[in-house]
Amino acid sequence: MKIDWTRNETLVALVILAFCAAAAASDPGFLSVATLTDLLRGGIVLGIFAVAAMIVLISGGIDVSFTAVAAFTMYVTAMALNAALPGMPWWGALGFGMCVGALLGAINGVLIAIMGLPTLIVTLGTLSIFRGFMLTFIGQKQITTLPPGMREFGRMMLLRGENADGSFYSLHGAFAVTVIVIVLTWFILQRTMLGRQIFAIGGSVESARRIGINVRRVQFFVYVYVGILAGLAGVIHASMARVANPFDLVGLELSVIAAVVLGGARLAGGHGTLTGTILGVALIVLVRNSLIVLGIPSTWQSVAIGLLILIGTGLPAWQAKRAAARSA
Amino acid sequence: MTDALVTLDGVTKTYSGITALDGVGFSIAAGEAVCLAGENGSGKSTLIKILAGVERPDRGKIVFAGKTQGPLNPRLSADAGIKVIFQDFSLFPNLSVAENIAFSAEISHGSRLVRRGRARALAAQTLSRIGVDIPLDVAVETLSVAHKQLVAICRALATKARLIIMDEPTTALTEREVRVLLDIIRRLKADGVAVLFVSHKLAEVLEVCEHVVVLRNGQKVAEGPATEFDAASLTRHMTGRDVAAQPPAPLAENAPVLLRVEGLNKTGIFADVSFDLHAGEVLAVSGLLGSGRTALAKALFGLVAPDGGSIRLNDRGVPLGNPVAAAEAGIGYVPEDRLTEGLFLTQSIVQNIAIGRLDAHGNAAGVLDWRALLGEAGDWLRRLSVKAPDPTAPVRSLSGGNQQRVVLARWMARSPKVLILNGPSVGVDVGSKAEIHGIIADLAASGLGVIVISDDLPEVLSTAHRILVMKDGRLVQGFASGQVSETELAHRLAS
Amino acid sequence: MSNSPAISRLLASTEGRLAVIAVAVFVFMSLLSPDKFLSAQNMTSMAFQFPEFAILALAMTITMLTGGIDLSVVGIANLSAIIAAMILTQVTGSGDGAGVLMMAYAAAMCVGLLAGLCNGILVALLGLPPILATLGSGLIFTGIAIALTGGSAMMGFPPATAWIGNTTLLGIPTPLIVFVVLAAGISYLLTRTGFGVKLRMYGANPLAARFAAINIDAMLIKVYMLSGALAAIAGMVVMSRANSAKADYGSSYLLLAVLIAVLGGVNPYGGYGRVIGVILAVLSMQFLSSGLNMVGVSNFARELIWGSLLIFVMIVNTWRAKGSRS
Repeated sequence: MKIDWTRNETLVALVILAFCAAAAASDPGFLSVATLTDLLRGGIVLGIFAVAAMIVLISGGIDVSFTAVAAFTMYVTAMALNAALPGMPWWGALGFGMCVGALLGAINGVLIAIMGLPTLIVTLGTLSIFRGFMLTFIGQKQITTLPPGMREFGRMMLLRGENADGSFYSLHGAFAVTVIVIVLTWFILQRTMLGRQIFAIGGSVESARRIGINVRRVQFFVYVYVGILAGLAGVIHASMARVANPFDLVGLELSVIAAVVLGGARLAGGHGTLTGTILGVALIVLVRNSLIVLGIPSTWQSVAIGLLILIGTGLPAWQAKRAAARSA
Repeated sequence: MTDALVTLDGVTKTYSGITALDGVGFSIAAGEAVCLAGENGSGKSTLIKILAGVERPDRGKIVFAGKTQGPLNPRLSADAGIKVIFQDFSLFPNLSVAENIAFSAEISHGSRLVRRGRARALAAQTLSRIGVDIPLDVAVETLSVAHKQLVAICRALATKARLIIMDEPTTALTEREVRVLLDIIRRLKADGVAVLFVSHKLAEVLEVCEHVVVLRNGQKVAEGPATEFDAASLTRHMTGRDVAAQPPAPLAENAPVLLRVEGLNKTGIFADVSFDLHAGEVLAVSGLLGSGRTALAKALFGLVAPDGGSIRLNDRGVPLGNPVAAAEAGIGYVPEDRLTEGLFLTQSIVQNIAIGRLDAHGNAAGVLDWRALLGEAGDWLRRLSVKAPDPTAPVRSLSGGNQQRVVLARWMARSPKVLILNGPSVGVDVGSKAEIHGIIADLAASGLGVIVISDDLPEVLSTAHRILVMKDGRLVQGFASGQVSETELAHRLAS
Repeated sequence: MSNSPAISRLLASTEGRLAVIAVAVFVFMSLLSPDKFLSAQNMTSMAFQFPEFAILALAMTITMLTGGIDLSVVGIANLSAIIAAMILTQVTGSGDGAGVLMMAYAAAMCVGLLAGLCNGILVALLGLPPILATLGSGLIFTGIAIALTGGSAMMGFPPATAWIGNTTLLGIPTPLIVFVVLAAGISYLLTRTGFGVKLRMYGANPLAARFAAINIDAMLIKVYMLSGALAAIAGMVVMSRANSAKADYGSSYLLLAVLIAVLGGVNPYGGYGRVIGVILAVLSMQFLSSGLNMVGVSNFARELIWGSLLIFVMIVNTWRAKGSRS
């Protein structure tokens, strides 16, 4: 197989391999099923967020409100189900969350696609609005008793096992949801005309208008879809944490976008792959979970992630700058 | 006119007070090729955008296939069989060649899922129809300009069309490719497809078109069978004047060499470029789009870093690849695309002129002497007779010709020794064009060296003392003014 | 009716509309709780509160004018505060520690300028998108601050530290004076110097700036260094007011600074923005949150109202722009 060294995916994959090699060298126990399942578990919510952020970037926009959508949704879902629909099964809870997320996403969609406001400002504003509304009018206290459906989902495991040393490992059921999200998004982006239109408007909005793509409709879909994914991620987060803490999640948005860009999506739009996004998320999770294995204290974690972002986006930017100087 | 496929009647469009189209009407029959002639800024592009459904007319009627059309949009236009090859190609740089060619067709099919096989087959078939070989799976952004233009042509040809509008479809093509395109137009006509052809290359126009419509400043000024027009009469209608290409006043015999370019080279873009420019000389570099003419111009000004070679101004070396140093050495550059490269559209006219003089009018701490700046800018506005009621208004409020003069004023205020003008009259109305040519002559007369990059051959012939022909990144030929005719030059560029 | 042209002219500019909003909020809050809102105590406490994030908003403004953004301002503020705190706690000076304080300020400014230099190099020379460059560098600055302190607060400063954040000068709170001086300086820089014109022009059209032979790299580096220096000053104010330094102080200020700049009419894609707009936006925000606090509205309602105000102003701006075009 031919390796394309200029792609971000290659670079990120190499860094991941190097990281794992170094970690394995300093702690042979690193290469274990438990490390893998921890990694996968850490990537469940982050992965869904990243897929959402990637779609917006591909369409030429940026969304920083998805973490607030997720927090809002998980809190409202937990509260509403506790109060009114305690009997709702786990899939009902997820569905409820997706509906709430879709509604919030539609607000972004109206402001961006219909009214034509700039994406960064709109989502910055709705980030504050969603979070402020939740904390002011809905509540600020953690909900420690989740509705039965979410509790049930929180206990679901795809697999469990015992390591040689007697410790346990498990893979959470929500991992399957992330996989489904990835596959579904791949299908939309690569196999439906809608997906190709998302790429097209990211490549050139004006050209898209000229060949008759309904830009507003496509953009509206993007923000609603992002809302659905964010809502889903929110409910999953609360179920896995077994608590709905309204102060969770918000603050992650820029790191998620950074992971996506690390994976090759461009802020200018039109570019982005799921492989790259998954690799970007994997690298961030790996650094968060396992920096300590390399003998680097965890207080240096954010320095490491910052460096990764700079190197991961700096190298391609520098290459692009050189390429532009070559061809212009 | 019962067999008219399209009839336009009284179509009018204004943009923020400026009338782009004023009551234009004509019709095109099925199987007929109509040439829409006109200088840049005459309203051709607006007319095309209206037919494509991209813009809506303020007034006027469009009848297509016997039906009066309501407000068009791009989808309705495309579904009615109106296909457009836009001058800027309007492609998706991030998508593959196959996808770009088949995208419109796939939307028209209305299918929700991607049919990769069908799209690829359509793309391959269309490409082979015009006889070019471009890989289907590469991203369009990696293609050469000529290939991008061919992809844009293929996209319009890919689906069944009833009217094909071609806006300057040959700017990047060689003669061979142009011949293939003209053959295709003939075949389309035989199949009953109507063609609206826009080009400033008169030879092409008269070769395929039966009917000619001439626009000037938004109005239809002439119309008739192509046989009634020749190159001279077309030019007269387009410009409103008898402008025989007058070569400029001869250059002084002993004019010293001002700029010496030796062995300038940029891998894959241009190679082995050497020439001298004399004081007071206007030198034209002409070539097709994609010939390397713009890259060369940018390299002279430091915007492109060459791999090798040297530029010497008054026998002093100019650092390569550094626009700030080039400007300090006395080289100025008026870019091709005024709107994106030349102007700060939202900023004031004064600031657009003063941007190059901020250091000259600032004290040691960088504090500006605004009065001096305003005075100087106002002075240049007068000298170049820019019609600007309020110099503090945003520069986008000016017309194309006045905007171009603002960019010129910016550089003239810096009193350069060499001025490079890339497409000096693109998007400029007829009157301003003549005046800009006058300014070029004045600049040269005052001892500047002027380099004009242009594929507007009458412009080249009437402004330049010497013409260099650029092809595939090399300067292949040179002519002194008056030594070559327009048709001969056109052939040299594209053969 | 005779003054309607004056009103419509006032409403025609972003700054004019903001002035109307600021006054309206002030009047509304005064009516809502006249004795509390209009009290001298409330006025003073507002004047102590807003300068720290208003200074960050100034930093955001100058980077946004170039079409960039500086997401590392809070990181820079905290890192410089921690460096200053290390000097304040480890070097023993004489008297109330004014000499040591000067040393600490000098060190903090160096940190701010250096951090800004890093950002400038990343953006100008390496060509990183500013949003990612400063996001990454911000994480690094915060990370270094965490690593230096282990994440805990640093305390125990000499009494002089209180000067910049907790004292008054002729009855005016010192942080307010610092902000006014900085705002006036930035305003002068933007409107009266070649540098200011260049950075605004670059923001309006970076490509045209390149074609106009502006020394872009040097300009961008200066912009980010200035932003870093402003962030360091904000860090000093925060440290003084809190009488401590910590790696995660003021984390909510980042989005707030962006929000204020945009609300103040600064175009986040570059080319337009005035300091007066930013000041009016800051005042509107502060009146709103202080007033709401007094009538017992929770802190979180502020976020809601800020966000709504931002979207509202954007809708009005876009609507007016469309209206004036047709």
